[in-house]
Amino acid sequence: MQTKRTTFRSWWLPYLLVAPQLAITLVFFIWPAGQAVYQSFLREDPFGLSTTWVGLRNYIRLFDSAEYLASFETTVIFTVCTASLSMGLSLLLAVAVDRMIRTASVYTTLVVWPYAVAPAIAGILWWFMFNPSFGILTYVLEMVGYDWNHRLNGEDAMTLVVLASAWKQISYNFLFFVAGLQSIPMSLREAAAIDGAGPVKRFFTVVFPLLSPTTFFLLVVNINYTMFDTFSTIDASTAGGPGQATTILVYKVYEDGVKGLNLGSSAAQSVILMSIVIALTFIQFRFIERRVQY
Amino acid sequence: MQRNLIAGLALTTALVAPLAASAQTEISWWHAMGGALGEKVDEIVANYNASQDEYHLTATYRGSYTETMTAAIAAFRAGEQPNLVQVFEVGTGTMMAAEGAVYPVYQLMEEHGQNFDPSVYLPAVAGYYTNTDGQMLSMPFNSSTPILYYNKDIFAEAGLDADVAPETWADVEEMSRKIVDSGAAECGFTTGWISWVQLENLSAWHNQPIGTNENGFGSIDSEMTVNGPVQIRHWENLAKWEDEGLFKYGGPGGGADSAPAFYSGECAIYMNSSASRAGVLANTDFDLGLGMLPYYADVEGAPQNSIIGGATLWTLAGASDAQYDGVASFLTYLSSAEVQADWHQFTGYLPITNAAYELSQQQGYYDENPGADIAIKQITLNEPTANSKGLRFGNYVQIRGVIDEEFENLLSGNKTAEEALNDLVERGNSLIADFVEANG
Repeated sequence: MQTKRTTFRSWWLPYLLVAPQLAITLVFFIWPAGQAVYQSFLREDPFGLSTTWVGLRNYIRLFDSAEYLASFETTVIFTVCTASLSMGLSLLLAVAVDRMIRTASVYTTLVVWPYAVAPAIAGILWWFMFNPSFGILTYVLEMVGYDWNHRLNGEDAMTLVVLASAWKQISYNFLFFVAGLQSIPMSLREAAAIDGAGPVKRFFTVVFPLLSPTTFFLLVVNINYTMFDTFSTIDASTAGGPGQATTILVYKVYEDGVKGLNLGSSAAQSVILMSIVIALTFIQFRFIERRVQY
Repeated sequence: MQRNLIAGLALTTALVAPLAASAQTEISWWHAMGGALGEKVDEIVANYNASQDEYHLTATYRGSYTETMTAAIAAFRAGEQPNLVQVFEVGTGTMMAAEGAVYPVYQLMEEHGQNFDPSVYLPAVAGYYTNTDGQMLSMPFNSSTPILYYNKDIFAEAGLDADVAPETWADVEEMSRKIVDSGAAECGFTTGWISWVQLENLSAWHNQPIGTNENGFGSIDSEMTVNGPVQIRHWENLAKWEDEGLFKYGGPGGGADSAPAFYSGECAIYMNSSASRAGVLANTDFDLGLGMLPYYADVEGAPQNSIIGGATLWTLAGASDAQYDGVASFLTYLSSAEVQADWHQFTGYLPITNAAYELSQQQGYYDENPGADIAIKQITLNEPTANSKGLRFGNYVQIRGVIDEEFENLLSGNKTAEEALNDLVERGNSLIADFVEANG
């Protein structure tokens, strides 16, 4: 393995060069995160007129609340479904493109389009297609004998937000998978073919292992995406309902903080969410990355 | 040196001159009136600005009620708050508890030279925003009450008398069944705002308590009591009717999709705010009938009177005296009979003063628009009781969300009506307790 080492002439230049990035991280991440941690120990009225230090009470109350614990379960189901659906489909599409020769670029462009759609618009789009009163997909489902109603049926609602969120992320995953596939040398696959491995065997024994760095990277990105960025899709399609069937953790942060103005509890929830994501990312890098072949 | 001085003077004059030319005091108002209502607000503001030259009012649309209120609170924390903000009725508890952040209207009007007489406002409206000492804390602006709309064409097709609106819940059930069985429409009835229409107003309309301490008016430390027999019976019926296809829930958010179901002729009967009238008329071609909310005839004291919803204007602390003079003068302008009568007739909101109601009568508005006075008749049907003058709980914005969630749990079959309402009361009470703790 080759390591590149750049030597700077003056000691301060490297610091200067990373300073803008550090400043942005400090102002837009470390500072607000610190504020959230601080606020999570407070009880405050909405206007900030009276503030009391309550220690860990906000946290204790959260773990005492059945709604909050249910939201954990919802988040796990949602994250696993969305990430696997989105990554699975995009891998399939990427493999298909990889085998194409002439129309690949047109096809790629088409698949990438949904990425340009704002999450809220994606939510509305799917809400519209699945609307129990006038949605086209509801109509089709009714013809095959399924009475779709995501307003009342929690499973239907979950399916809807998973579909909408996964669809939105397919383009992103697809691009990375295509790039990953193209970097796998043709010679390896040809060698396997000569040895008598069929297309399926070739994919699972040669292509997929070599794709593992990409898959690993996408796993991290997708989990972060489903836990944070799907908020507007959910807000626009099911608003967390019915009941709390699609209220994932990040949506509850919004509901309690922005709608309910319960800042202490909302801050505590953000801190918990932040810890989960940090822990997950750590575990992924610490344990899964070992099995990744670069 | 001298040249510099002259140049400096010239510069100062150049800077000061435009200020002197527009010596108007700027005042600001954040509101949640979009669409046609927003245009009407702009018109009122333009007329006010043209009516005097001391103040210049800028009204800004800030999104939904929740968004407007949250934005104003966030702005207050940052010291950038507007002078006046429109807050919906469920935010009243939060605003009232925020002493030091709000400038009560009665005090503002007194201290800023306006001739203010709270008795000119309709008691059913003003009472909702008055403290226990009878002082008005915010200025009523747009108040409405839920009424019943029905599609006369569908009624006729189903063989019903199109001129008779359903009066009781038994009528609603029977008519809905006829409508669905005859195929005249897919569903009998739908409703907006489960919380406001099918729980809070249901309770008031049947003279059932919504909470302890006169529905929370007496003290912020109150509890909800909407799990009484009438409410359980009604929610049980709604779930049963949903199963039978007579009722259609227009969720999410308690009924946001109910309007299209009525507009498209999918449902024959629709219960929603009297201020939805303009929207219904604009979106439909069929012959529209109006009526009062249905009631259970065997419940003693029903029908009592319905309660209002809508929003009021709150003055926020932290502005200059001159700005408050302006705000007070605008509120006086806004309450004038002409402005109010025009607003009421255009939007379907209730006239907030007796004078505006009388002016509308003189103008022949109710003769030309039969049914337009149903809302006002309904809220003034009887002298309000402790159960029917409104409700006031802290954290009520969240509790409204809980009501919708528990109703969805009922319809999806996860809970019975009794379980859903008991859970609702328990969750609601714990939110109220949080509020008491944070503000007590």
